[in-house]
Amino acid sequence: MSEEKLSKNRFHGLWALTNRDLKKWYQNPIVFVIGIIQPILWLALLGKAMNISSIFSSSSLPALPASLAATFSPQQLQGLGAYFGQMSDTIMNSTFNTTSYFSFMAMGMVAFVTVFTTAFVGISVVFDRRLGFMNKVLSTPVSRSVIITSKVISASIRSVFQAAIVTVIAFLLGLQLGANFTVFSIFGVFAIVFLIGFGLASMFTAITLRTTRMETPQAIFNLVTLPLMFASSAYFPISNMPNWLQAIANVNPISYTIDAVRRLMIFSNGYAQLPLDFAYVGIFAIVVTALCVVLSWRFLNK
Amino acid sequence: MSEDQDVIKVEGLTKVFNHSLTAVDHIDFNVKHGEIFGFLGPNGAGKTTTISMLITVLRPTSGKATVLGGDIAKQSLQVRGSIGVVPQEYTADEDLTGYENIMLCADLYGIPRSVSKKRATELLQLVELTGFKDKRVQIYSGGMRRRLELACGLINRPKLLFLDEPTLGLDVQTRAATWNYVKMLKKELGMTLFLTTHYLEEADALCDRIAIIDNGKIVVIGTPTDLKDSLGGDIITLAIQKDTDITDLISRIEHVKEVKKENGSYTIKSANGEVTAPLIIEALRKNGHVVTKLSLTKPTLNEVYLQYTGKSMRDAEESRENVFRQRMTMRRARQ
Repeated sequence: MSEEKLSKNRFHGLWALTNRDLKKWYQNPIVFVIGIIQPILWLALLGKAMNISSIFSSSSLPALPASLAATFSPQQLQGLGAYFGQMSDTIMNSTFNTTSYFSFMAMGMVAFVTVFTTAFVGISVVFDRRLGFMNKVLSTPVSRSVIITSKVISASIRSVFQAAIVTVIAFLLGLQLGANFTVFSIFGVFAIVFLIGFGLASMFTAITLRTTRMETPQAIFNLVTLPLMFASSAYFPISNMPNWLQAIANVNPISYTIDAVRRLMIFSNGYAQLPLDFAYVGIFAIVVTALCVVLSWRFLNK
Repeated sequence: MSEDQDVIKVEGLTKVFNHSLTAVDHIDFNVKHGEIFGFLGPNGAGKTTTISMLITVLRPTSGKATVLGGDIAKQSLQVRGSIGVVPQEYTADEDLTGYENIMLCADLYGIPRSVSKKRATELLQLVELTGFKDKRVQIYSGGMRRRLELACGLINRPKLLFLDEPTLGLDVQTRAATWNYVKMLKKELGMTLFLTTHYLEEADALCDRIAIIDNGKIVVIGTPTDLKDSLGGDIITLAIQKDTDITDLISRIEHVKEVKKENGSYTIKSANGEVTAPLIIEALRKNGHVVTKLSLTKPTLNEVYLQYTGKSMRDAEESRENVFRQRMTMRRARQ
């Protein structure tokens, strides 16, 4: 027998493999910097261009026709102006639960950046297979589920980091915080982003577990991101969607993540909803990860 | 484990892919303690499939095998922990340094850091990579990568090391250097080595025993000397000007054991080729034939291979994935 005593710890190698994936990320300046620039572009370009708040503001209303204006006294005109000004806030509040559309969308991006980050797990699994690294790991006494879990954990950590960057950039670009915001809210955001990152990374890993072709994860990524993004509350509230789209958005775990992030950061009400959000995303993460681990036993042993 | 026990025992091992492609077909063999056992065959013969099953990466369809006393199907974790593996392709992570790669391997075997740090340093010294240990593997040459793979395969101090095509794509000097390491491992660490190769000369020079595998079946097992002797002597190949059959004429000559006509040339087996060749030329000239070509070959494993499989080493069509990996390996070897 070998002199080496087999490690009693069933999870040995987990941190080693996770750290390897993380190293490939933070030691590669290009990947790292692009990961920071991308959310800046999203927020600065899309977030500031889609200025829905100004669409609804009273300044975008045309002046009353002179014949109509003449029928009101100056005091009445002032009152009307104030009324319309309030109305825009009311519309924004009843639709987006905040008067700042930028804040609404930016918090959607916090959750959504996890989709982009975790989708790369699929590509890294295929790369490991193609370059032989996977075969090497498979020939060591590391449990199959550890191999998969390390990928998922590293992607989740990256997601949290990306989410933190988006939050910081959103602050700098004028994020309007909710009345209940505290520093602890940020940890709540990280927690739910980690959970959704776990679930999504497991999902992308499970899909690419068997494939050896580079095109497959890319095609799947393109196919999946669009519906995940628009069939969620990332850009618009679910209540304004047609019924069929609402049905999809209501089961989309991204919607629950976004909801939790908004409630923690920018909404001034509705903490009662948070346990449901966390429970939904948590169950999603557990179920998909379990599925992925089962598939790894099946497919990593040829 | 006692010295005289077999470190690998294989009985009826079979692997069928997709219910149709039989890659390995009921093979039996034993590998003894302390020997270098060579597994020979062309690409696609089933060498890598066999190794993959023995290192428990691939599940056998049927049959049994024990490696260092552990059943490959039931005690796969135990087997994986006690053997060393140097795979065919370069598996080191190019983005990490040589040292980081070895430490990663150590962690994958669950070796505590206190032990692995010292061992990694020793192994890097053994394979002469100490000067490059903090450089990224990206800049390593093919030979350096091979050595790094070797060091990774030794990190858990295995009693049995599997080497899958360890010299694929390497230049002649690096190949020679790699085999020197292999010999050293056997001599100084008393390891048992199981290796596959399709370089017959290398197997001849290096292996204590050889198994030739073709189309998933083992056609013969023995020491290189026994295998060559079993051919019954030297081989003379000749061609004549006219297209007449001279098989009978040659077979009557002294020492000639066997004559075969193939593609217009004759292959003659004879115990003492140096003496027989002039006799043949003389006899042919007397009968008015003009010899246009003649060669004398001492039997090598090439001939052994030809004898037992009926064909020379051919490159069989391989799966897309294998071809890709092999190409990657070759390309990186040439860097």
